[in-house]
Amino acid sequence: MASVTDPHDGGFRLSMLLNDRRYRGLTFQFFALILIIVAMAFLGINLVRNLAAAGLNFSYEFLGDPANYDINQTMIDYTSRSTHLRAALVGLLNTLLVSVMACVTATILGVIAGVLRLSKNWLVRKLMSAYVEAFRNVPVLIWILMIGTVVQQLPSPSAFRGDDPDSSMWLGLIAATNRGIYIPAPIWGPGSLIVIAVFLASIVGVVLYRRYAVAKLYSDGTLLPTFWPSLGILFVPTILAYFLMGQPVSLDVPELQGFNFGGGLQIGRPLIALWLALSVYTGAFIAENVRAGILSVSHGQTEAAASLGLRSNRIMSLVVLPQALRVIVPPLISQYLNITKNSSLAIAVGYADITATLGGITLNQTGRAIETILLLMLFYLVISLSISGVMNVYNASVSLKER
Amino acid sequence: MSDMHSESVGYVRETFLSEKEPPLQETGLFKWVRVNLFSNWFYALLTLAAIYVVYVLLSGFIPWFLGGVWQADSIRECREIAGGEVGGCFAVLTDRWYQLLFGFSYPSDKYWRPTLAFVLLFICAAPVLFPAIPRPFMILTLLFPFTAYWLLWGGTILVPLVALAGVVAGYVVYSRLVARSFAIGLFGGVVAAAVVWWLGGFVSEAEPRFLALQEVASRDMGGFMLNMILGVICVSLSLPFGIVLALGRQSSLPIIKWICIVFIEFVRGVPLITLLFVANVVLAYFLPPGTNFDLILRVIIMITMFASAYIAEVIRGGLAALPRGQYEGAESLGLDYAQSMRLIILPQALKISIPGIVNVSVGLFKDTTLVSIISMFDLVGMIRGPILASTDWNGVYWELYGFAALLFFIVCYSISQYSQWLERQLATDHR
Amino acid sequence: MTKTILLGAVAAGGLIAGAAAAATLDDVKERGTLNCGVATGLAGFAAPNASGEWEGFDVSLCRAVAAAVLGDPSAVEFVPTTGKTRFTALASGEIDMLARNTTWTFSRDNDLNFEFTGINYYDGQGFMVPTELGVTSALDLDGATVCVQTGTTTELNLADFFRKNNISYEPVPIETNAEAQQQYLAGACDTYTTDASGLAATRATFENPGDHVILPEIISKEPLGPLVRHGDNEWGDIVRWTLNALIAAEEMGVNSTNVADMASAAGDSPEINRMLGTEGNLGDMIGLPNDWAVKAIQANGNYGEIFEKTIGENTPIGLSRGLNAQWTDGGLLYAPPFR
Repeated sequence: MASVTDPHDGGFRLSMLLNDRRYRGLTFQFFALILIIVAMAFLGINLVRNLAAAGLNFSYEFLGDPANYDINQTMIDYTSRSTHLRAALVGLLNTLLVSVMACVTATILGVIAGVLRLSKNWLVRKLMSAYVEAFRNVPVLIWILMIGTVVQQLPSPSAFRGDDPDSSMWLGLIAATNRGIYIPAPIWGPGSLIVIAVFLASIVGVVLYRRYAVAKLYSDGTLLPTFWPSLGILFVPTILAYFLMGQPVSLDVPELQGFNFGGGLQIGRPLIALWLALSVYTGAFIAENVRAGILSVSHGQTEAAASLGLRSNRIMSLVVLPQALRVIVPPLISQYLNITKNSSLAIAVGYADITATLGGITLNQTGRAIETILLLMLFYLVISLSISGVMNVYNASVSLKER
Repeated sequence: MSDMHSESVGYVRETFLSEKEPPLQETGLFKWVRVNLFSNWFYALLTLAAIYVVYVLLSGFIPWFLGGVWQADSIRECREIAGGEVGGCFAVLTDRWYQLLFGFSYPSDKYWRPTLAFVLLFICAAPVLFPAIPRPFMILTLLFPFTAYWLLWGGTILVPLVALAGVVAGYVVYSRLVARSFAIGLFGGVVAAAVVWWLGGFVSEAEPRFLALQEVASRDMGGFMLNMILGVICVSLSLPFGIVLALGRQSSLPIIKWICIVFIEFVRGVPLITLLFVANVVLAYFLPPGTNFDLILRVIIMITMFASAYIAEVIRGGLAALPRGQYEGAESLGLDYAQSMRLIILPQALKISIPGIVNVSVGLFKDTTLVSIISMFDLVGMIRGPILASTDWNGVYWELYGFAALLFFIVCYSISQYSQWLERQLATDHR
Repeated sequence: MTKTILLGAVAAGGLIAGAAAAATLDDVKERGTLNCGVATGLAGFAAPNASGEWEGFDVSLCRAVAAAVLGDPSAVEFVPTTGKTRFTALASGEIDMLARNTTWTFSRDNDLNFEFTGINYYDGQGFMVPTELGVTSALDLDGATVCVQTGTTTELNLADFFRKNNISYEPVPIETNAEAQQQYLAGACDTYTTDASGLAATRATFENPGDHVILPEIISKEPLGPLVRHGDNEWGDIVRWTLNALIAAEEMGVNSTNVADMASAAGDSPEINRMLGTEGNLGDMIGLPNDWAVKAIQANGNYGEIFEKTIGENTPIGLSRGLNAQWTDGGLLYAPPFR
């Protein structure tokens, strides 16, 4: 901007601060800076004065005190004697857990719905439009509350009791109750480590095989089958190892114990409700992104690929999707950000995320409003900025190298 | 080849066959069904699955809706009337209709005021929404905020009149001075408006009963009305702020640029609910002792901040999408920064940004339900608070949440349909 | 004030530094209304009725204070607060007093710098379970899923109780009483725990109250009372003695119907005379007109009348007096003498 220069008179006059483009920017910035400093000072002084008047102090010492409350889902060791800081960590991990789970399912759901919205099947197309419009146009809080109510309608554990129970477990293994879904948990016997190692090795094997197939295709044009061999490499060695080691892995099947099911792995109802709600809500948005992405690939690309003799699924995977992804991924990541932020409504279904622990119970019990809310914002900020950081790296890597 | 063919056969048809009806599968409903629903086995499976889903949804919904009870005083009475049959208890909607729409403490004989304001909203927004309406009608739109304020909050008409006078004075001064420089014009306009407001303040203080409607405190706003108020105010306020922020972020002045970046990234990085907590719980500590903002005002400030950051990002996208040549062209005409932005860049950038702005606005309107978490009685707050807490209606969920969802759906869906229509109208590219 | 701010002079308005919180009484008188923090909706204690009027046990106390200070029981601005916002609302001066079934605890009194001005309801935390579970004691609840309202002392008591008795449980934190009730009825939790008064109130609204039983264990002391900011003793005294006047009035047989008569002329009982201002000048001592107690009692009646009207046995809530009876009837209510 400062490219226009008038070389004729070299002297500096005060009025140039306002009229000369070279200096006007400095003046503006100076005033903006002063304004910001004054505003900050104003707020800061008020804070100090108000806290002093109320006889309060600003300190994070409470984080070291015992929290004294229990949390229903903890991924790290936690008892009511743990500190408030640990309670906040439990909440943070819960936030991350539900966000990651919802991101995965929302993506799957969104891609399916987005593709089906473009399908030639009239009924499916309309149904998917209805889904997308219904979820996009109604507040997420209402959906969370409604889906929370739906999940409550599952049978309670007592319905599984007795000789002729109202409900029974699926396949005798999985119990879906309104306390949560109980699935069998694996018990790792001796030798199971080898089975796991074999399985991990198989995954590496699949990747290597696929690379080899691609390399072969590019070098001499032979097309190797990938699907069945991959499946074979993935499972056959593991199953063999499993039986060779004498079936070291067994299942801990959930069964009724007292009020609830015991054993197995419990996925709590609040988690399921929130997970489901965030997934279907965000899935609708992702579906729109996916649809827009696919539509953004010019039809000529498809036709050109077809004229090269590619089959339709290969056109999709080799021509359309790579180009569509460039359009889909940036909004997709901001949907992931939205999931993380919307997960802060967790308490509406009783899920103990960080807003519920640190920004809810801890805030209530200690009364340290400013401290907890600042800390809460900091946590979310760090999560968001890390996600956007990843997004920027991705964007840079896929952006078309133009000009 | 055809020559050879005709020579090699011994028989050639000499008359045309009469026209036949197309085969049954290639016409009418059959063809439609075959092509659209059962074109291959995979689609057939999908169709069957979809039919099953529709059946399950409808078989649950229709008896529940048709068997609904619309007149009862409590959920117990509902259950008696339904007599064990499936049926929704819609009586809660009729019984608490006004509470759902206006909250529980808006004076009941004054419901016409928000209703009128709501109708006026459509009339006055029309000149902005539909380019076909002649420009002079824009004056209606400009008058709307003042009329609506007077209708909703009541009090003497002098308050909105003074506010209007200030805006007019500011505009007059601005248009006089803008020829010299945009900055001087803006500054002069703001000063003129402030002076008029300050002087007018004495007038409206002196005559508090002049053409006065009964005053209603902000705290008494509630129900869907509160969602509408928050939505409309915050969307319209966040647009100018968003533009300023977007320009600031694009600016070549490092300090201004960094202030804008930090603000935008901070606001976009935290959930709205934490900002609302700040409004509700923390903000009071940052203000001088004795200042007592309305909660609704604090919430408006926070939501506006939140929305401006998002709108700024949308507009920044629009600015970035403009070809470099537009900026260079403006510069080569000798326009200064304010002129080139006002006359060349922003009109184009805003047009590109319309779909994004509408998306943000719809999202924002939906997010106004979050105020229910900080003890404000908007539509969702009314449902979760007073209505479900009352002994009469505790246990009615689907009807209430369904109603809330329906209201939001109607508003948001119409907005997004409108934006698609507008996009088609504004499309100036050739195809 | 609001209007000037709405007109855009936000910054200018913000510069007016008001008086510090030291003289709440003057603020209230100048404003002409009492800002009273209440719950967002708890049947019997504070909830707006169908026509939007706030009513309930806590609400009545706000009205009594407004009547004593301003002479008008309707000069109250009710500010709904959640568990989260109540303390900040009070500390920041948004409300003058908080009457939101808040438990009097050491840390709230001292660390948060509030002043509890008495106890208007003695409560304790209990458990409600469906009869069909066959549970007779809270100690049988090993492994149970427990619905608990978040942001209250009940959460802490619950953790302490199960920890002390070395039994396990799964808490389900819930925001509102209505939602807790919904989950409990759907069987999403085995038991619902909150203050015994709340349990009774909740059970009363069930379709079949008989299918649910409140367990005998009361696991905590929950003295609920109004509170004000620490440091403004004059204002604290007004709230404290308004409550005391309501309690003493019941003890001495002064109620809303006879208070006007009794206040018209000095009677036989010197203490009643002093309280109602026909003798001495107790009003002057706390900076109120001499008939402050009369107005307070006229607002909603004495403590007993308020109790019966809002949460007593003839209301849907159906609470008996229990601990909240006068000390003369074996309860804990014991107002200091008016002397």
